[in-house]
Amino acid sequence: MRIPCPLCGPRDRREFYYYGAEDYLNRPAPDAPPEAWDNYLHLRDNPAGITRDLWYHETGCASWLLITRNTVTHEIRDVVLVADRTVPKPAPRQRAAT
Amino acid sequence: MPDLIAKTPLAGRAALTLAGVTLAEADPGQITSVAPFKGQDKALAKALKALGLAFPAPNQVSSKGDVRLVWTGRDQAFLVGTPPQGLAGLAALTDQSDGWAALWLDGPGAGDVLARLYPLDLRPAAFPVGQVARAPLNHMSSILMRPGPHSFEMLVFRSMARTAWHEAEAAMRALAARAAPG
Repeated sequence: MRIPCPLCGPRDRREFYYYGAEDYLNRPAPDAPPEAWDNYLHLRDNPAGITRDLWYHETGCASWLLITRNTVTHEIRDVVLVADRTVPKPAPRQRAAT
Repeated sequence: MPDLIAKTPLAGRAALTLAGVTLAEADPGQITSVAPFKGQDKALAKALKALGLAFPAPNQVSSKGDVRLVWTGRDQAFLVGTPPQGLAGLAALTDQSDGWAALWLDGPGAGDVLARLYPLDLRPAAFPVGQVARAPLNHMSSILMRPGPHSFEMLVFRSMARTAWHEAEAAMRALAARAAPG
């Protein structure tokens, strides 16, 4: 498997470290219900098909990548830097009432 | 203050030549990591211009004479061969001089030696002169540069200097054995 790093170009899979599902980027608010935290920490999909996950270009440019790929065909659909991804603005944090 | 003797990572190991390829340790001089602060791009570009350099695009090297600014990662480059004059306040500067060992590989077969060590396409069309890559030398993090068509420079962590030399020597010996008649 070869992964096209947005900075370094196409590189061998052994240069990368696999972290896990994209879910790790969507951290619940500190006061979110326990179900949201349970989901964030423990519940993962195991799709046969398109999945999005996080990889680290460990022996290359040391960037975190968000990769869209197909677990059935091993096709790499899209690779973006986690730093460059478009993120929905997080809701403003609510201060505890004093 | 006692007068200490500075040693290079390989402590002056003699160069090794096998089948026309020479492996040697080099002293790259002062190395400073340059990571631009947010919003300082223009001011940094101006300061670098005074040194005759420009912040390099990914996988590129900006150079003037013996001074080089080598791309080493996202928003990071190594200034090699000169102190970081005029850059204070514009970028995070970290002295890396003693952290790296530099190995040179010269000769027509240098690319063939490295093909055994790097999972990269090192043919001139894919990795032209002046290019740099952050890539693993076997399992070691390294910075690979191509100063000339038949010469390569590798920077590895200082602690890996002897391992890197061993790996390169083993690849050279294997290629030399293949080239030997009989």
